[in-house]
Amino acid sequence: MDMTLPILILAIPIAMFLILGIGGVVMSRKMAGILGILGMGTTMVLAYIVAFTYFFSGAPEFINEFGERLQFQVFDYTWLAFTDKLVVKLGFLLDPISAMMLVVITTISFMVHLYSWGYMEGEKGFQRYYAFLNLFSFSMLGLVVATNIFQMYIFWELVGVSSYLLIGFFYKLPSAVSASKKAFIVTRFADLGFLIGILLLTFYTDTFNFQTLTSNPELVMQQCGGATFMGASVMTWAMILIFMGGMGKSAMMPLHIWLPDAMEGPTPVSALIHAATMVVAGVYLVARMFPCYCQVPASMDFVGVVGAITAFYAAVVACCQIDIKRVLAFSTISQIAFMMVSLAVARDYVPEGYHWHAPGLGYMASMFHLFTHAMFKALLFLGAGCLIHTVHSNNYTSMGGLRKYMPITHWTFLIGCLAIAGIYPFSGFFSKDEMLAAMYQNDFFWGAWMTMVAGLTAFYMFRLYYLIFWWEENPHYKEHKPHDAPWQMSLPLIILAAVSCVAGFIPFGHYVTYDGKPYDIHLELGVWLPSIIVAVCAIALATWLYAKKNDKPARMRAALPTLWEAAHRRFYWDEMYQFVTHKIIFGMICRSIAWFDRHVIDATMDGFAKVTQKASWQIRGMQNGHIQAYVAWYFFGAIALAAVVWFALS
Amino acid sequence: MDSVGNIILYFVVAISMVVFAWMAVTTTKILRAATYLLFTLLSTAIIYFQLGFEFLGAVQIAVYAGGIMVLIVFAIILTHKPNDKAAPLAAHRQLIGVSASVCGAILLLAALFTMPLPGNVSLAEAISAGGPAIDMHRIGTALVGSEKYQYLLPFEAVSVLLLACIIGGVVIARKK
Amino acid sequence: MDISILYYLVPSVLMFVFGVYGFLTRKNMIAMLISLELMLNSADLNFVIFNRYLFPGSMDGMMFTLFAIAIAAAETSIAIALIINIYRAVGNTNVTDIKQLKF
Repeated sequence: MDMTLPILILAIPIAMFLILGIGGVVMSRKMAGILGILGMGTTMVLAYIVAFTYFFSGAPEFINEFGERLQFQVFDYTWLAFTDKLVVKLGFLLDPISAMMLVVITTISFMVHLYSWGYMEGEKGFQRYYAFLNLFSFSMLGLVVATNIFQMYIFWELVGVSSYLLIGFFYKLPSAVSASKKAFIVTRFADLGFLIGILLLTFYTDTFNFQTLTSNPELVMQQCGGATFMGASVMTWAMILIFMGGMGKSAMMPLHIWLPDAMEGPTPVSALIHAATMVVAGVYLVARMFPCYCQVPASMDFVGVVGAITAFYAAVVACCQIDIKRVLAFSTISQIAFMMVSLAVARDYVPEGYHWHAPGLGYMASMFHLFTHAMFKALLFLGAGCLIHTVHSNNYTSMGGLRKYMPITHWTFLIGCLAIAGIYPFSGFFSKDEMLAAMYQNDFFWGAWMTMVAGLTAFYMFRLYYLIFWWEENPHYKEHKPHDAPWQMSLPLIILAAVSCVAGFIPFGHYVTYDGKPYDIHLELGVWLPSIIVAVCAIALATWLYAKKNDKPARMRAALPTLWEAAHRRFYWDEMYQFVTHKIIFGMICRSIAWFDRHVIDATMDGFAKVTQKASWQIRGMQNGHIQAYVAWYFFGAIALAAVVWFALS
Repeated sequence: MDSVGNIILYFVVAISMVVFAWMAVTTTKILRAATYLLFTLLSTAIIYFQLGFEFLGAVQIAVYAGGIMVLIVFAIILTHKPNDKAAPLAAHRQLIGVSASVCGAILLLAALFTMPLPGNVSLAEAISAGGPAIDMHRIGTALVGSEKYQYLLPFEAVSVLLLACIIGGVVIARKK
Repeated sequence: MDISILYYLVPSVLMFVFGVYGFLTRKNMIAMLISLELMLNSADLNFVIFNRYLFPGSMDGMMFTLFAIAIAAAETSIAIALIINIYRAVGNTNVTDIKQLKF
């Protein structure tokens, strides 16, 4: 494959970032918007061409004679060669998941660019906004095509920075500023683990390259050898630490606290970064390193347990949020956790009794869900953006009965809700079904637990849907009539809704599988029937509770005040962090360190300064400006020197 | 063996030089100090004559006693009222001055008396060893010649220095 | 009685230390200048004395003194210009009153 297109895919967004970032001040808003949209549109088309070439051209570098898809490094440029072994390269890796991610990222990014033209109209810093969007797109594309783990780490930090910049876009709001700092610090903290993991792994294997690492994981395991630390092997530690980076970016417990606050950013940004692309970087990372994870079942179990707990926790919290973007944020956390669990239950072999499954079913399912989730979650966020745009509030309490006023938003939002709830024939149904099948295959417990989470998902999404579009009309509508958004905002909604409707019928197993071999997706009655029954029941419950204004929800809330309050306050995680950071770390550890710093280190330095100062006060009389004093010193000095020389020489 | 006249002349001149030097640095009236300095310089000029450097003695009288003394006296007249008297010296000032000069004197005299100097050569012997008296022709040739033991370069350097000093003096002392 | 080299050198040393004494004790800058001349004069005298007694045939010491006198003249004229300038600025010629580098 020619290098031109892949390089352009990365070059256009970064060039746009520079053009809009540097030239934005002298550019009109319209110009900046058109440039951004055109740039991203071109990138999208190029990404489509590359992905289609990869999947459908049948070229020998992409697919071998057995029909297995191959990894292909389009280029791998040596950027920094520190030593023979420690070489940092920048490259472009094409394989099923990176090709799929190219499509996802550029599609959503283009939709968001288009949408933002309407949404951000009249906002101060419009050009800056588009510049940051392009920076983010560049970083995310660089992340998914990384040929080596270090390149991934570099772009990983870059997406963190662009996320920080975009969350804090409204930098005059204190809440946005603190949210951006929170996001940056929490993910940065997680990335420290990631970096240590990288160093640990590559120290033993002497390579950063993904292909080398994943093509022969047994060798990697051997190289890590018998070295252990605190009862776990080096490989286990490395994989868990690398996953820690993923936990931070993908908002797994207990590092999830930044994502709900990240909703302070503009809504299209939430759709792009905090729903569809950046937050799935953790899933992508685990998928990328999947063969290595398979070598260490302990790390897989860790991923699974973290994912399962997070999925349940986020789903429960989402049921009790008032801010619609927070509901969607917790829903995102829950869904990403779903993907994590699905990856964690995947194995590189077929368990007994499941001969019709392919190895790594969960891997395929997880990627499938990543794809469909990106589409419908972006749709939901963009829909929420339309609502916020017209109602000027984030809370569902100022909405209600909007279905008559905003038909396009209503229908697309409903499609998004049905997709996430997993109703046939919407895309979420297929991907979730595959994930659940993988979970049941591993252990009945996983399947049952996650089916319950899926039911909760359906419930809170329809609770949100009904509270926004049904319930009771807000009296304010008479003064300020809500209306559908302009075409730039509606068009992405319609496109994404259409994709959400049909994406489930894509034979995903033919394109993205763990070992590159095509695989036909089966629908298993034992898996999909319970899950769809649970989902329908949850939707029915939500309908019963929220379709019309009534006092049932209030009574339920009154019956369980503690639980509701706890869930509403997100089970006090922020307060716990507050306690740990302020009371324990700042109050106890930092204070003692500060004492040491002030009274020992600073005091030593002050001591030097004081001694010097005292001494200079003592001898400053010599520098009194009286020429005769200088002459006297000079003369006595000359005499002394002469005497010394004389006696020394004689 | 030096002539009696030379010996008497030496004692008169040496004693007057030292005594006037002492008085120049101790008198409280500045104009008197300048006058005593003049006498010291004249005594020095006489020593130059006695040592056989007549041209140098003439230069000493002309430049030092004539030029520099006039400058100093002008400066004194410009900056002092007729009856100005220096304040009596503070004790620590006196102490520093005395100790510095005594230390210096001890060191220098000790050096003088321990160095292997030709203590038995008389003035007459020294002068006769020098051959014919240094005449103006020799000095003039030495000053503007560029060979060994000739001084064209310092001569020119001093001329430039004097020029710079004339300009500098004018620039520094002019009224703003 | 012979007038040997020491007969000349000792008065010269005395004149030099008197100059040092005066330079260190007098407050008046012109008096300091006078002391300076004394020291310079003593140095000049030494050159001549050594020339006469140690190297009677040459006249390098004399030449040194000649140039030293020229330079002393230059130095004195600049010093006097400075003193007059300081007198204009400060109102007297006391060295103790000029402690600052700038007025």
